[in-house]
Amino acid sequence: MLAFDLPTVWAFIIAFAIFAYVVMDGFDLGIGILFSWIPTGRERDTAMNSIAPVWDGNETWLVLGGGGLLAAFPLAYGTILSALYAPIVAMLLALIFRGVAFEFRWRDPGHRTWWDIAFSVGSFGAAFAQGVTLGALLQGIAVENRAYAGGWFDWLSPFSALVGLCLIVGYALLGATWLIMKSEGTLQVRCYRLAFGLGIATIVAIAAVSAYTPFLSDVYWQRWFAWPQVLFTAQVPLLVTIAAVVFFASLMRRHHYTPFLMTLLIFTLSLAGLGISLFPYVVPPKISIWDAAAPAASLKFMLPGALVMVPIILAYTGYSYWVFRGKTGHEGYH
Amino acid sequence: MLEAFDATLLARLQFAFTVSFHFIFPSFTIGLASYLAVLEALWLWTGRSVYLDLFKYWLKIFALTFGMGVVSGIVMSYQFGTNWSVFSDRAGPIVGPLMAYEVLTAFFLEAGFLGVMLFGMNRVGRTLHFVATFAVAVGTFISAFWILAANSWMQTPVGYAVGANGQFLPADWLAIVFNPSFPYRLVHTVFAAYLTTALVVGAVGAWHLLRERGNEGARTMFSMAMGMITVVAPLQIVAGDQHGLNTLEHQPVKVMAMEGHFQSHDNGAPLVLFAWPDQAEGKNLYAVEVPKLSSLILKHSLDAPLKGLDTVDRKDWPPVAIVFWAFRIMVGLGTLMLLLALVSLWARVRHRLYDWPLLHRFAVAMGPAGFVAVIAGWVTTEVGRQPFTVHGLLRTADSISPLQAPAVAVSLLAFIVVYFIVFGAGVLYILRLMSQSPQRGEEGPHRSQPVRAAGITPAPQVSDGGN
Repeated sequence: MLAFDLPTVWAFIIAFAIFAYVVMDGFDLGIGILFSWIPTGRERDTAMNSIAPVWDGNETWLVLGGGGLLAAFPLAYGTILSALYAPIVAMLLALIFRGVAFEFRWRDPGHRTWWDIAFSVGSFGAAFAQGVTLGALLQGIAVENRAYAGGWFDWLSPFSALVGLCLIVGYALLGATWLIMKSEGTLQVRCYRLAFGLGIATIVAIAAVSAYTPFLSDVYWQRWFAWPQVLFTAQVPLLVTIAAVVFFASLMRRHHYTPFLMTLLIFTLSLAGLGISLFPYVVPPKISIWDAAAPAASLKFMLPGALVMVPIILAYTGYSYWVFRGKTGHEGYH
Repeated sequence: MLEAFDATLLARLQFAFTVSFHFIFPSFTIGLASYLAVLEALWLWTGRSVYLDLFKYWLKIFALTFGMGVVSGIVMSYQFGTNWSVFSDRAGPIVGPLMAYEVLTAFFLEAGFLGVMLFGMNRVGRTLHFVATFAVAVGTFISAFWILAANSWMQTPVGYAVGANGQFLPADWLAIVFNPSFPYRLVHTVFAAYLTTALVVGAVGAWHLLRERGNEGARTMFSMAMGMITVVAPLQIVAGDQHGLNTLEHQPVKVMAMEGHFQSHDNGAPLVLFAWPDQAEGKNLYAVEVPKLSSLILKHSLDAPLKGLDTVDRKDWPPVAIVFWAFRIMVGLGTLMLLLALVSLWARVRHRLYDWPLLHRFAVAMGPAGFVAVIAGWVTTEVGRQPFTVHGLLRTADSISPLQAPAVAVSLLAFIVVYFIVFGAGVLYILRLMSQSPQRGEEGPHRSQPVRAAGITPAPQVSDGGN
């Protein structure tokens, strides 16, 4: 079944783009979410400076996710986005507020508080909207004749709201552990404390969503608990547990890098779990990746671009992170 | 009031609003990125500090503009799906890969090196920093290449087949990318971006020359900008003319609307200078015309016949008045740009470039002209393509998502409110930065606040919110 045909390859490429987006923009959205808990002045400036050179590149993965979906699975792109109209528009507006705050807060000290609020509220809003989008996708989208056939508010449910809240918590954890890595002194101490509570909250959130998902549809139930693949799927929660133990141990021992790396691992495993639930459906419960795929001529045309460019992009993104490695100062880059 | 609008019209208004707002930023950053690369190259080559000062002066403005371009651009990449899902489904196999290539080859290049360009001068050394600046400039150009290929294919679709499910299927990618209108649109748009930037840089230079004639930075930027306009403005008129002839060949209905030609003319068509095109009546009111001139311009012959909208089914007419007037605004501003080019050339020849206040006032007044002309040009070409999204093949009315009008209306209002607050503030901050004259030892982005508070450098970077 798992033949590596073109739609499958593209599903993995887009899944990778979404993964890259979630973990990379995740930590900079997380810093926005934590902004209210970071005191104004040096600590906030440091937090902001630690992401100023990279946020733009991080958000480009969101454009690749959207553009790639349009290119490779146009039917899914049109259906998902028109079905989830409200949360998508809310996410876009929230991203505008937080994106401009990076420059505006420096340019207008008189209104810095205002732009800090925009940064924080925008980050909360974007994270929540992304979670709601994911939740709504998981619970299924009504489709007839290649078009969305549901109502305006089908996306809103206890489950989608739960996923929204969980993503806020998870992004905040990524942000806190990123800052542990990039800061020193009082800000770092503060982030160790925040990361502890957020770590617990994230584990609870993952457990809640994981427990809820199999009850959304029998397909998900079968996917996770049918014998013998439960032997395979059970590895995911097992690894999450191990990662969580290492995470808390590294917090206790005041490691600088391990908490962030473990959080990345937990996110990776969560997304892998999501993939196990969804694959091969791109718009559950009806549209599979093969139904939604663009013609082979389109997928083939883009494939060399993706296979050549993505490694190059990762290389120079890595270079950019390397340039700004080490602890971040509060006074801006010279 | 909103009951009068159906979902299609609201979705079109939303697209027009968000794309117009968005394009203001790239039309400036495409040119500004190149200008910054030139300034840094000149600094590295000549060692003159004025180039570094100007680089840092414009870099702060670039940072603000680029950020706004990014966030308004993300909206565009999702709006195809939210509001135009049928278009996305049917044209996605062709338009999608072009946009995916834009992201893969351009957006990441820009974003990846922007951080180094803005904040990395002392971390990577001069040469690598120049590489970063150059990469950002190249990225903006590559971005224009792909997005204009996609847009041009929608204007002049070729190299496709139509599948059983109604999708446009790619048959010949080379033909799709290099479709008939693409080279013309690419040249015309890139020239427009260079002109827009040169007009802004020239206006800022002129503004400071009016106050401080000896400011070396102001003199240098004004001279460079006027030189650029002198070269590009005439070229742009030639490019625009060629683009128009290309449109006449491939989208004649658009040209009929641009010219206000409701009637066919068998024996030389007049150039309508001004008129009020009346769509319902199918004729021009209050027309001022020059006989046979349109045939001369379009066909290079006084008596050449030109078909009018009377040869086209009414349901295929674009909104004539909008296209007609947008085109005239663009051409009018282009003519003024040519005038500025000639006057500044005259001043340069007579060595009066830096001490002729009338020229400087003219240049200041022309500062925003590029943006207005660019938007007017896009209105001309996009409204002129109506009522189709894929010209002649897919109607706008058939492209829309299954949405109810109130949902689109609410999101449109939200976009309008947010854009005016956010980008209004952004434009204000840009104008504040521009109102400060370029100084020796200019600083880059973000150096200002905490360090300045310690009193190391004079004069706060931004006046304190007008307080």
